[in-house]
Amino acid sequence: MAGTLILFILLPFLGFAVSLVIPHNRERLISLVALGTIGVHLLAAALLTTAWLGAGAATLHQSGTTLSTQGLDGLGLCLIFDKITAVYLLTGALLTILIVKYSRYYLHREPGYKRFFRTVLLFFLGYNIIIFSGNYEVLFIGWEVLGISSFLLIAFYRNRLLPVRNALKVFSIYRLADVGILLAMWMSHHLWHGAVPFDRITSLPQTQLPTPEPVVVFISMMILLAAAAKSAQLPFSFWLPRAMEGPTPSTAIFYGSLSVHIGVFLLMRTWPFWQGQLLVRILIGATGLLTSLVTTLIARVQPTVKGQIAYASVSQIGLIFVEVAAGFENAALIHFMGNAFLRTYQLLVSPSVVSFLVANQPGPNFTRRPAFATQLPTRFGMTLYMLAIQEFNLDALLNKCLWVPLKSIGRSLGFFSARLLALFFIPVYLGGVYLAHHQQLVHIRVRPVLALAFAIVALGMTARAFAKQRDIKLGWVLLVMAHFWIALSASFNENFSFAQVYLYLSGVVLSGGIGLLCLNQLGKTRRHIGLSRFHGYIETHPGTAAIFFLSCLGLAGFPITPTFIGEDLMFSHIHQDQPVLAFLVSAEFVLSGLALVRIYARLFLGPDTGGQNELTYGSS
Amino acid sequence: MRAGGSTESMPYGEDKSGRKASFDPEKVLGQLKEFLPAQAPLKDFIHHNTLHAFQDLPFEQAVTEASRIFGYRTYLHLQEYRALYQQGRITHAILERAILERAGEQPLADWLEKLLDKPYHVYNHPRIGALRVYWKKNYQLNLDAHVHPTLFRILSAYLDQGVASSSFPASQEGLLASLRAMERGSLTSFFKTQRARRLLLDTSCGLEGLLELVVGDPSLFEHYLFDQQFAHPGWSGMVAHIEAHPQSLTVLRSISLQELIIFELLLEIDALDFRLGEDWKPLGAEIKTKPEYLFADLQGREIDLVLAIWQTAFEWSYYDQVLSGISGQNPKVEKQGQSSAQYVFCLDDRSGSLRRYIEQLDPLCETFGTPGFFGVEFFFEPSPQSPYQKQCPALVDPGYLIKATGEATRTTAGVYFPGRADSLLRGWLISQTIGFWAAFRLFLNIVIPSFGLVSTSLFGRKQRDSRLTVEYDPSYPTEGGLQVGFKPAEMAERVENLLRGIDLTDGFAPIVYIVGHGASSVNNPHYAAYDCGACSGRPGGINARVFARMANHPQVRQLLRAKGIDIPDGTWFVGAQHDTTRDDMSFFDTGLLPAAFLKKHRKQKETIREALDRNAKERSRRFELIDTGLDIRKVHQLVRARSVSLFEPRPELNHATNAVCIVGSRQLSKNLFLDRRSFLNSYNPAHDPKGVLLGEVMKAAVPVCGGINLEYYFSRMDNDRLGAGSKLPHNIVGLFAVANGIEGDLRTGLPSQMVELHDPVRLLMIVEQSPEVVMKVIDQTPQLQQWLFNGWVHLVAVHPQTRALARLTGRRFTDYLPLGGPPDRIGDMDRLLESRHENIPVHLLPS
Repeated sequence: MAGTLILFILLPFLGFAVSLVIPHNRERLISLVALGTIGVHLLAAALLTTAWLGAGAATLHQSGTTLSTQGLDGLGLCLIFDKITAVYLLTGALLTILIVKYSRYYLHREPGYKRFFRTVLLFFLGYNIIIFSGNYEVLFIGWEVLGISSFLLIAFYRNRLLPVRNALKVFSIYRLADVGILLAMWMSHHLWHGAVPFDRITSLPQTQLPTPEPVVVFISMMILLAAAAKSAQLPFSFWLPRAMEGPTPSTAIFYGSLSVHIGVFLLMRTWPFWQGQLLVRILIGATGLLTSLVTTLIARVQPTVKGQIAYASVSQIGLIFVEVAAGFENAALIHFMGNAFLRTYQLLVSPSVVSFLVANQPGPNFTRRPAFATQLPTRFGMTLYMLAIQEFNLDALLNKCLWVPLKSIGRSLGFFSARLLALFFIPVYLGGVYLAHHQQLVHIRVRPVLALAFAIVALGMTARAFAKQRDIKLGWVLLVMAHFWIALSASFNENFSFAQVYLYLSGVVLSGGIGLLCLNQLGKTRRHIGLSRFHGYIETHPGTAAIFFLSCLGLAGFPITPTFIGEDLMFSHIHQDQPVLAFLVSAEFVLSGLALVRIYARLFLGPDTGGQNELTYGSS
Repeated sequence: MRAGGSTESMPYGEDKSGRKASFDPEKVLGQLKEFLPAQAPLKDFIHHNTLHAFQDLPFEQAVTEASRIFGYRTYLHLQEYRALYQQGRITHAILERAILERAGEQPLADWLEKLLDKPYHVYNHPRIGALRVYWKKNYQLNLDAHVHPTLFRILSAYLDQGVASSSFPASQEGLLASLRAMERGSLTSFFKTQRARRLLLDTSCGLEGLLELVVGDPSLFEHYLFDQQFAHPGWSGMVAHIEAHPQSLTVLRSISLQELIIFELLLEIDALDFRLGEDWKPLGAEIKTKPEYLFADLQGREIDLVLAIWQTAFEWSYYDQVLSGISGQNPKVEKQGQSSAQYVFCLDDRSGSLRRYIEQLDPLCETFGTPGFFGVEFFFEPSPQSPYQKQCPALVDPGYLIKATGEATRTTAGVYFPGRADSLLRGWLISQTIGFWAAFRLFLNIVIPSFGLVSTSLFGRKQRDSRLTVEYDPSYPTEGGLQVGFKPAEMAERVENLLRGIDLTDGFAPIVYIVGHGASSVNNPHYAAYDCGACSGRPGGINARVFARMANHPQVRQLLRAKGIDIPDGTWFVGAQHDTTRDDMSFFDTGLLPAAFLKKHRKQKETIREALDRNAKERSRRFELIDTGLDIRKVHQLVRARSVSLFEPRPELNHATNAVCIVGSRQLSKNLFLDRRSFLNSYNPAHDPKGVLLGEVMKAAVPVCGGINLEYYFSRMDNDRLGAGSKLPHNIVGLFAVANGIEGDLRTGLPSQMVELHDPVRLLMIVEQSPEVVMKVIDQTPQLQQWLFNGWVHLVAVHPQTRALARLTGRRFTDYLPLGGPPDRIGDMDRLLESRHENIPVHLLPS
């Protein structure tokens, strides 16, 4: 039975692959493929669950072969199936099939019909990878797939400004969640000296958990960061309503129900790991509780239907966090299902709310329920009301604490000019490469310092590219170079085969080169390719856009690209006692992904300013 | 041009372009209100000319100016016209004629070359936005991105009609007063910096003072305000509408456009202070060359004329078919014996095909068309204490109230709806219990749509069972200045007017059906746009019901006899309502009628049922996902299912494809297949030699049909700016509007799903009357002149006796000779309907 688990990932992958080759105008065929894929999946899920229950409901476990031939333990593919997977699997497949059935008609004649179903299948693939994942590595792959499909669905109306801008906003929060996973993964590697399957954490008695405890707390905090970002807990809650830019059914499935509960899944999956840590449990519970309280206030003042559903959902997820932290796994699972179903339903019927509430509206003589502002001491109540209307300024807060500093660091690095690159950094790099090949020349104590220095250079380049507005090609080159410095940094940190570096850099060179070609191609026909505004070139250059998108993914280390495997290998060479280096490298990965998607969005998405839509329609 | 001021030139205070050096707030606010979209809250969706502010100009000049100033697209793309020509949908003969009417000196061949082949690089830089763009250019600040989210959030919370469970602490004195009270009474602020907050609390801060601070140069104030407000036309238009019509909100809120502008300026100051500190220079001081004045005179461009000619040719290629069909109709009406039944329908384009099928199935019956409020204007209170609904055209101001009694129960608000599950504990309980039930219901609806979920069927059994206070009773107190019910003399007057208007004053059949219409749909925030336009976007069944009650009233009949209309005792009026989405019909108050009569009614109902099936089949040909060739009952079931399917964004296609309005006897178009593209208003020229009745008809029909037509026209031409875009991502804001996502501007106009099949042509009024009488009517009716003389609606008069055609161009009638031959005759109706989704040319019905 365990051997069948991989099928649940292969099936959506197959559906997705098939959906790529169907012509755009074959609406029925496109939706049939999606419906068929998910229908078979649902059926198989039901069979598997029945069989599993019949066999005593023991956790199923499937280990794959190690992908890398380098004798590394980094990439063991491992799937598991237990109660949590079963609940997420059945809920997910059921809701997705409902949504697909719904969308078959709802999206009729909509431009992007194929794109919609393709992205839903990609989402479903990512979702299944996550819920079947047996270790952090597999989970991270699904995590990334989910992130990209989210970005694509929020920016479904890609020629409008707000969907694209909000898609970027959400993607940046997702990248933050990625830092959490990356660091948790890195630390766990060192804790167990290799990839550890989640079910082995389960089987470890508490006493066998390797100490020291701060490491456990660190990993748990990273898990909490990832879970809170993905499940829109404080301080990230503001992204959820802003993600509701796509067609209503995609909003319902992603942000109403499935995607937003993935943080909860992560917590439940890792529960055996942190359950013994009272501090961690309190922190998780407190995050959930605080989120519940704050977002309930926000939900109560929302004047738009989708905003209200989003915040109401977040507040319930906060409660689920509390339930998980308290150890009520079954309650949390039931709560998850109920919340997912309810919010999907509410979003799908949300357009009805006008006719329904207007028909039932009280007459002119009716006085409305007073605001909570008046139920509390006035000054306090009023303050709460105003804060709730402003969503407690969470967006501005995160902006101020995170993105603004990052951008100003990037801006202050204005000296990364093309000339400096050629005259200084390339010679230095070549010198570094020479030393890397002759490490005996460098004192053993100096090597980690060099590693750190090179990582700082990499991060600086990425930060510069992130803040870059004008010269887009230079920005791109900086992002490519940053990977080279990372590789260099890693080679000083530990002695290992250069084959790994070549694997890593081959991916970088390939995607970097293709991307540069695309930019050149675009520069020939379009004079403006700066980043100060959106250009919407996807309308006029769809082919270039697709290729460029793939090269962005390649450079950003999207799963299954050589860069991804390389990045993972690089990570495994950072020592347990080097949190600074680990942080720098993960920050570089995250920031570079963000910068890449931003370049793509600015160039190809947004209003097409060159064509007929002259007026940039800023507010829709 | 006129919006910038006057035609007299002013020697001082104006620069070359017409920009004034000083600023007159009253005047600029007035202009803004005129140009902003005038759309009512969703529950009162009423079709109107989207470019109403330009209606005092000739159509072609107006749309060109609108496009150059505001960036709207007002014609199809040149390539689209050329493609229509290639497909033969614009005929060559008509195109040549359109050129010759306009060409002036240049030879035809030159023009043909221009229209068909010459490449034009149209890159339109609208004038709107050209000033405020300098925030980004010179200050590197995207002001809109900072200001809009806060502004929209506060406006929507303030105006919210019942989405949020905690309402805004609004003050009676308006938005700014409420904000001041909040700023004073709390520990936090909507502003990030101090100066803007101080300016708000200091009540002396006025519009001009703030503009002085932000813009500096008074000659730029007007342009700045237009730029600012047209960055979110949806919100500004809604606020301006509510300012002018506070009653359009059920939960009253006092707000004005000026308050919105002041608050927005304060938020701009806040954003600027936050980014730049307090010592930034006003925008006017930082720009070297002033952008072109918004309303400065425009240079004519060849492309505008080319597009105008194409559009004219496109329109007349269709009109010509209709006119050639009509001019071939026999003017002599042979009066048959007694009619089996008479039907009075709304003039709505959707009623046309149903009338055709009823006539076909029962050749002895007669049908009529008139605006669907049937001349009875009143407010309706559907259940005790509920808000009043206006049941007449938007321009009419009724003095009567009709209440429904005996149906006091109200559907309980489902817990499924948002707003009921947003509090923490209730949400916890609901999600664990009803969440699962919700999934089950959802599953059922998606698999079997006919499982009614949240139908907005507004006139089901509920209305049929209720009682109405149609007749005035001295014991009723007046409510809100409205008289409850009508007195007999008032009833008789209304019945008489309607019957004379449609020329039904003798030869009454035993049954006269008065058929209003409405539409049932689910998941459709624009539901009001699907109902009867003559009833302010509400179902017209209630008017039909009231009219029938009046016409059956013994005292009313007595009064009518005295006025020369003798309705025999054997004749009964029955109110009915046609559900245009489902193609079902319900009848009201049949229980009050004698039993012997009911037999006839039942027989007639059979005819109606059959006609409704056929009508559903004809409509189904437009739906790509329904196979029109299936069994007729099955097709009707599929059509019905659309009205209850949550996932159906096109429950019906509403007025899409409307193009013509025929005012005249049924004989004019009875034998023509017009493909549901025509409004039909009954009128008998023989009994109206002076055009008195015609004046009344046109006063109602031109603005109602013209408004519908132009709203479709502009929503189709520029769905991004003048329409509402795709309805798929819409989010309901405060129950009064839709926006994209949660941060977007309100969307006005019609969603793309409603207009995608619409051929954007202006309305052609075809009036059966001599040109002289028609001209006299127009001369005496000033409110028609802009519509007709400026070409927002075309007009052709058909001579009642000779069927000669005369077309109104400018202010004169000229003879019109159709270029096309007589239409083809339909051989097999079913085959024709099953053959295609697109428009079908005019045909003669099978003989």
